[in-house]
Amino acid sequence: MATDFPIRTRIRYFTDQAATVTAVLFTALVILPLVAIFIYLLLMGASSLNLDFFIRVPKPVGESGGGMANAIVGSATLLAVASVIGVPMGIGGGIYLAEFGRGTKLANAIRFTADVLNGIPSIVMGITAYSLIVMPQGHFSAFAGGVALGIMMIPTICRTTEEMLLMVPHVVREAALGLGVPNWRAVLSITVRTASPGIITGCMLAFARVAGETAPLLFTALGNSFWSTSLNEPIAALPLQIFVYATSPFDDWHRLAWAGALVLIVLIVLAVSLVRYVTSRGVLKGAS
Amino acid sequence: MGVGIEVTNLNAWYGSNHTLQDINLNIPANHATALIGPSGCGKSTFVRCLNRMHETNPIARVTGSVRMGDIDIYEDVKPVEIRRRVGMVFQRPNPFPTMSIYDNVAAGLKLNGYTNHKSLDEIVEKSLKNSALWEEVKDDLKKKSGASLSGGQQQRLCIARALAVDPEVLLMDEPASALDPVSTSKIEDLIFQLKSQYTIVIVTHNMQQAARVAEKTGFFLNGRMVEFDSTHKIFTNPSDKRTEDYITGRFG
Repeated sequence: MATDFPIRTRIRYFTDQAATVTAVLFTALVILPLVAIFIYLLLMGASSLNLDFFIRVPKPVGESGGGMANAIVGSATLLAVASVIGVPMGIGGGIYLAEFGRGTKLANAIRFTADVLNGIPSIVMGITAYSLIVMPQGHFSAFAGGVALGIMMIPTICRTTEEMLLMVPHVVREAALGLGVPNWRAVLSITVRTASPGIITGCMLAFARVAGETAPLLFTALGNSFWSTSLNEPIAALPLQIFVYATSPFDDWHRLAWAGALVLIVLIVLAVSLVRYVTSRGVLKGAS
Repeated sequence: MGVGIEVTNLNAWYGSNHTLQDINLNIPANHATALIGPSGCGKSTFVRCLNRMHETNPIARVTGSVRMGDIDIYEDVKPVEIRRRVGMVFQRPNPFPTMSIYDNVAAGLKLNGYTNHKSLDEIVEKSLKNSALWEEVKDDLKKKSGASLSGGQQQRLCIARALAVDPEVLLMDEPASALDPVSTSKIEDLIFQLKSQYTIVIVTHNMQQAARVAEKTGFFLNGRMVEFDSTHKIFTNPSDKRTEDYITGRFG
């Protein structure tokens, strides 16, 4: 019994309890918004989910029913393009910052640029892609949308990659060099491999962040009410479709917008889990 | 087989810090040579000069010559080549954490482009047997990570990794200082067996260890080599007063 202890022990006991309760409380506060959003989306959107939602394109104004199949495929296409651009450039930049350019002026400039890029409003990315790709081509396109999202992914991936590489212990690098392995090979096969779980987390963060972006797509992918899988034409995307439906005057469309938001969040969770599962296979017992 | 090492007028710097001053010594082939001395006296810097790891630090600099057999390692070859011929075991065990036990041992060969799987298997087995680890890990070679082993096993894994590339010289920088006494004596037994095939240079803070494993011992102090002689002479009848003070525990 706590009451049997001398007074200082009791004070220590209560301090310990108080600290634990505080920590649990704040953990709950962190999780609460996510849970709340998810439950609200389920309440508002789950009832509108049916097979049609996943296999049909939107119906014209005035007709009920229809789905967001084209937006789901469109989002997947845009994110694929964005990842093809953002992941290699981000990881490559991060490797340069941490390994080859450490301490150089160029590296400092790149790091500064990445940090600034991270703070630029996403609509500016859309306008950039608009003036670089849409204007010269003369039409909106999935490719332009993918580029806008891809550029947004670069700074997050770049900086996480750098930080994860710097966390690899110096002794591990020395072990590789001590075996007569050339520096570039040691970096790619040892340091990057050791840091890969953290680098993958960075990629997933960037992916999840741009998956819900609407603003950069307004000027680039534009949206599309019909089927399109061409990179050279306007394409639908879940966030765009949600935006259009949510700002419409029709109750039917509002419900579809809720369903779209629910599907978007579930798909992001699925994609991130899938990548985690695939990359965690082959990790050995006791590997840190 | 091991080769002898001939060090002439070796000087090393970290920035403006002159850490090694005019080192001259001949390390005999196929023997164990111990380097003793208080912390910060330059022992580690010295062994790192023997495989050109010293210069991986951007502010480091070296002058003088180091001959191994008939080559001058600072004149005749590139750093990566010399590091393949001179294996190194570090103070803290440093297996590659994401690699299996097998891949850790094979790393030096695989990363240098060696891909013959059949002989890789043989080399891995032979190296693990040479480092007295085979019996403990043979069932988990590809299942467990190198980091899952105990500290003493990790250090023997690191020795196996160094042996797998078939070096002529093995540098050991306080290989047992992070280990318990049982693991330490295993490492010492190992050094005893390995020295018939390799030239071994071992840095140690433990003077009994130097006396147990090495034929020759060098005493370093403040970046200079004070005395280099047979281990027996150093520990029973040193010619320099400072050596005597150090080994009798009057300082350091």
